[in-house]
Amino acid sequence: MSMLTAVAMSGGLDSSVVAWLLSQSGSSVVGLSMLLWDRSEENTHGRCCGALDLGDAKRVAQHCGIRHYTLRMDESFREHVVDPFIHDYLEGRTPSPCVRCNTWIKFDLFLERARQLGADRMATGHYARVVETPDGFELHTARDAGKDQSYFLFEMTQDQLASVDFPLGEMAKSDVRELARKARLSVAEKAESMEICFVSSGIQEFIEEQVVNNPDRFPSAPRAEASEIVDKDGNRLGRGDPYYRYTVGQRRGLGVSSNERLYVLGVEPEQNRVIVGTDEDLESKGLVGERLHWIGTTPEGVIEASVKIRSRHPGVRAQIRPKANHQVEVEFEVPQRGVAPGQAAVFYQGTRVLGGCWISSSLESAFQPQP
Amino acid sequence: MAGTYFDHNATTPVDPRVRESMLPWIGDQFGNPSSIHAFGQAAREAVERAREQVATLLDASPAEIVFTATGTEANNAVIRGCSRIGCTSGHLVVSAMDHPSVAAVATDLESSGFDISWIAPDANGRIDPDRLAAAIKPDTSLVCLALANNIIGTIQPVEKVARFCRKAGVPILCDAVQAIGKIPVSVRDLDVDFLSLGAHKFYGPLGAAALWIRKGVELNPYLLGGSQERHRRAGTVNVPAIVGMGEAAELVQAELEARRAHLLSLRDRLETGLREIGDIVIHGEAVERLPNTTHAALKDIDAQSLLIRLDLAGFAVSAGSACSSGTVEPSPALLAMGVTPQEALSSLRISLGSGNTEDEVDRFLVVLAREVAALRQLGTRTSV
Repeated sequence: MSMLTAVAMSGGLDSSVVAWLLSQSGSSVVGLSMLLWDRSEENTHGRCCGALDLGDAKRVAQHCGIRHYTLRMDESFREHVVDPFIHDYLEGRTPSPCVRCNTWIKFDLFLERARQLGADRMATGHYARVVETPDGFELHTARDAGKDQSYFLFEMTQDQLASVDFPLGEMAKSDVRELARKARLSVAEKAESMEICFVSSGIQEFIEEQVVNNPDRFPSAPRAEASEIVDKDGNRLGRGDPYYRYTVGQRRGLGVSSNERLYVLGVEPEQNRVIVGTDEDLESKGLVGERLHWIGTTPEGVIEASVKIRSRHPGVRAQIRPKANHQVEVEFEVPQRGVAPGQAAVFYQGTRVLGGCWISSSLESAFQPQP
Repeated sequence: MAGTYFDHNATTPVDPRVRESMLPWIGDQFGNPSSIHAFGQAAREAVERAREQVATLLDASPAEIVFTATGTEANNAVIRGCSRIGCTSGHLVVSAMDHPSVAAVATDLESSGFDISWIAPDANGRIDPDRLAAAIKPDTSLVCLALANNIIGTIQPVEKVARFCRKAGVPILCDAVQAIGKIPVSVRDLDVDFLSLGAHKFYGPLGAAALWIRKGVELNPYLLGGSQERHRRAGTVNVPAIVGMGEAAELVQAELEARRAHLLSLRDRLETGLREIGDIVIHGEAVERLPNTTHAALKDIDAQSLLIRLDLAGFAVSAGSACSSGTVEPSPALLAMGVTPQEALSSLRISLGSGNTEDEVDRFLVVLAREVAALRQLGTRTSV
């Protein structure tokens, strides 16, 4: 039998164009959509996992002349993406659900399911590039730097990279839309989804609703009680919303008056406390990371690389010092603001993604949270 | 080419003779059967002829036939009508093997205060008539028992249950949507009060269905409006589809025995082949089933994966029952039979049709054996 490629179709513009491109290339293609978060009762139009979008995926697949199926993955999605997202907030971290979704769902469960259906390869609408070298597969940034999504893919493995196509990696977003128009895809004018796909209103309302409605999943979740807002020396400045409504680097909604602009420096769930300070206080010299992952072979010694500490961070030159148990210390050349526990730190050399880690704390910052 | 079709319990292709009968009514001929003029009169005659054809098939009289759009509508109309819309108490006896168009209405009534006695089937999917009869109470307003289950194909002892109902003075609805065209159905023999059927399950078109209401039985109408269908179902009737339904009914009447024999021989061939694949349980094997339906649990197989592989290889089958999002959920009827969710999610429904051939069955068995082997080699991880 000929090679079969499974396209992960969300019903959005990008993955629809991927389905179109592959269907035109003459190869065998099947469209698969993941039912990730069943909110049939809610109005979810415009987000990646809404039922309407899966309807869009079906229409695009028909237009491309390929078959389309929906795979139910909502339990795994909840376990690996939604619940950790909520736990991160409850434990004072800033979550990165899109990285987790790629790592656990799109390139793990999806690839496995696609293979189970007889597919040899998979393709997605991610803006990133896979480069094959004699030493294995490398992950690189997209040609369109403004659309690059390589940050979200840093936990990919060699096996996954060997089986994945990113047909949009060499393309500009504007060309992708133009292609969709020329192909008369029904989703050609669809807006991009920028928000977190499983949250339809506010994040905090979502967390509270999930915690209240699912005591079995969140047995020790805190009640919504006003937090204490303190400065970095522990002086009480006022009372705020429950602590889990704050994330590091946040400026709005602190509810305390000050001569200077105040930012959240840290969140202490145990004490229901939020520590605030100036933007200088927010700076740190580096970070301590865990669950260190290298895409290629594990490098030796200290590694020099550019490190992105959040998806829209421009990157900073840094020294990466691996420790035992997949821990790592990263020291920036220039102090950076807003090192947030729970976010991913991703290492680049030029356009190549070396790997990354999950931020557990700042390294020698002006402010150190109580252990 | 979409491939070979083995999903006739979902819907059937329109028989070319049925299509032929419909063509004038989506061509030059048209008219509202309620109109007084010649156009209306011709349309009315076409509908009345179809009513006779359907009545003849059911061993009923034409005045007892009410045309509806779908079998779901017919079932809803009876349950809602018998429980009087707006009422918040009452008692219904409902078979747990019935279709969602019955079960979901009963569940809705239950949530508004009705008392529903759900009658669980045995391991073969068969309802024990004595158990059902024992659930009837003085205030029971309706008993619901489908003649044949849509997933397993189990045929229920409707005649026997209807005798209990008659004695107790309780009306009974028999959903015969899956049975018509596959087994003989006579409303006189069954002796029920309401019976529903849908044209697209017996090589008629989509959009035409009927409800038989025993003469003398009153039913509050579900749709209000004009006086169509003797005030029992308001709304302009779907003339072309009803004409097709009538023709399809007449063809069933003439060909049922030949179709049954053909289906049974294909099914035997299919099931013999399935057993050779191994680690397969055929549900309801021990009891009377529809001649076209095979529902098999395949050990260590994720049915959705198998269904997709078969579709990609050119064979359309079903995994239990389809739901709106296109994913596979364990069917409540299977769970009621005591099938585990795991087994339910590894079950395939193959429903044959009169157009299928031995050659198609043989080719299917070869592909099925290949795909099952491939999946078993890959090992399973459930679909969620």
